[in-house]
Amino acid sequence: MGEGLLQIRWHGRGGQGAKTAAAMVAEVAVHAGKYGQAAPEYGAEREGAPIRAYTRIGEQAIRVHDAIYYPDIVVVLDETLLDTQNVEGGLSEDGILLVNTARTPAEVREALGLEGCTIYTVEATRIALEEIGRPIPNTVMLGALLSVTEVVEVEEIKKSIEKKLGGKLSESMLKGNLRAVERAFEEVKSENG
Amino acid sequence: MAERMALTGNDSAAYAFKQINPDVVAAYPITPQTELMHKFAAYVADGEVKTEFVPVESEHSAMSAVIAASLAGARACTATSANGLALMWEMLYIAASCRCPIVMPVINRALSAPINIHCDHSDTMGARDTGWIQLYSENCQEAYDNALQAVRIAEHPDVMLPVMVCLDGFILSHTLEGLEANDDETVRNFIGEYERSDNLLDVERPQTFGAFALQNYYFEFKKQQADAMQEAPAVIDEVGKEYGELTGRSYGRLDPYRCDDADVIVVGLGSSMGTAKQAVDDLRDEAGLKCGVLKIRCFRPFPGDLIRQALQNAAIVGVMDRAVSFGLGGPLFHEIRSARYGGDGPMLNFIYGLGGRDLSLDLAKDVFRNLAEAKDSGQVEPVVRYVGLRE
Repeated sequence: MGEGLLQIRWHGRGGQGAKTAAAMVAEVAVHAGKYGQAAPEYGAEREGAPIRAYTRIGEQAIRVHDAIYYPDIVVVLDETLLDTQNVEGGLSEDGILLVNTARTPAEVREALGLEGCTIYTVEATRIALEEIGRPIPNTVMLGALLSVTEVVEVEEIKKSIEKKLGGKLSESMLKGNLRAVERAFEEVKSENG
Repeated sequence: MAERMALTGNDSAAYAFKQINPDVVAAYPITPQTELMHKFAAYVADGEVKTEFVPVESEHSAMSAVIAASLAGARACTATSANGLALMWEMLYIAASCRCPIVMPVINRALSAPINIHCDHSDTMGARDTGWIQLYSENCQEAYDNALQAVRIAEHPDVMLPVMVCLDGFILSHTLEGLEANDDETVRNFIGEYERSDNLLDVERPQTFGAFALQNYYFEFKKQQADAMQEAPAVIDEVGKEYGELTGRSYGRLDPYRCDDADVIVVGLGSSMGTAKQAVDDLRDEAGLKCGVLKIRCFRPFPGDLIRQALQNAAIVGVMDRAVSFGLGGPLFHEIRSARYGGDGPMLNFIYGLGGRDLSLDLAKDVFRNLAEAKDSGQVEPVVRYVGLRE
């Protein structure tokens, strides 16, 4: 693979906004002068069905058009997928696993029997309910991702949220989404506590 | 000024349409094409284009509408996928036969059954004999660039044929990528105005199109179509070069990648060729394997001579087909094998009997004489010969 290529795999359920989050990161990367690619992987869209989405960010042109089998980062938007999907499949030893759950990273590690990689957790659904009023965790997970590793600038993601969701959501829900990004920064848990 | 944008394949084609600003677009939704026309319909509703947008009740009607518009002198476009393309079938032939320079992105998708919304090339491979030019796209940038070039290729006076701009369903249509978009003025100047000399609405010179032609003239129409396809390669190359001078991205009918010293060459179409290029880099670095990729951008007209040249030093060639011709194998494989066979001995092709024209005993005998003459003289050009054609 090309030098300096970062691969993020998103696991979610239809309606949780994984596709939108994956696209937002790639789009912001493109506008920052990098190469970006984002693709959803689903059948006929059904709310609640497990889906994957992929984001690639590169310093060089991205030519591959396949799924991501060896991610650097895995983002899980729905913790019930930990039991049914091989979310950690192919994740590198020094990779990052970020999960929407009330559990601690140590508990997730134990539940998955996982060695290597770094695990982070955040209660994204609760934060989304409190800030947005709906259990859509994607903007919280975006905030958590950027707090763990700033793959793109958080200010740019906020602008993108305003641009993308501004026309669709009420003013209060839009502000809720932006607060949700900030709260993720404060509330994401690492393995060191 | 060119602008860096992040667009899906569907959005990139829709953006090309916005810049083309066609006179008429008729369309019917089908996954995975639907988002392309959603986006374009929004441009229409927002007044960003002056297009007459015709939401029709089927793909058959969509193609019928753009054929009529094109004959009336309008620059006309549509888009579809899979079963939608299949429903257009009889009108595809009519678009090409009436020499309508329609531009149509086809978002490649598998045909049913079983129902499947994802990518393969069985839809456009099935349409390879309809008389349309076919360009395949590796990524969203190429989908955008091909759509713009397609206008020039289709409308060139030596060509006047419709063009399918093929892009892989979901793999490109729903994948967001960075791409370089030209500014509107550059596009406007590049594509120019569409003038149809035999305009259906020219009341001074009333004409009809697609009317009756039986044994008497049908064959000549087909020969003219075949001739137009013969003219297309030079136009495709010229347009690809001019586009390159304008944008820094030039296009040929083939896109060879690290083939010069390659022992192993893979040939194919579309988005998987990007992945194959990456595999070439990796295998050269990791295993020292001398390998290369020959991507075919223009599948119709088929660039057989160029392919044969490009493959002449390869020790082994693999052809990747994203479609099956049941009872034969991969269509691309068979066309390439056929193209390479020409080097091993002379062959001639005789076209006869189209539209019911009789093959008389005398004409049949002429075919044998013609072959014997070619064997003795070694003169095998032209390879394709027409039997009983009115010159």
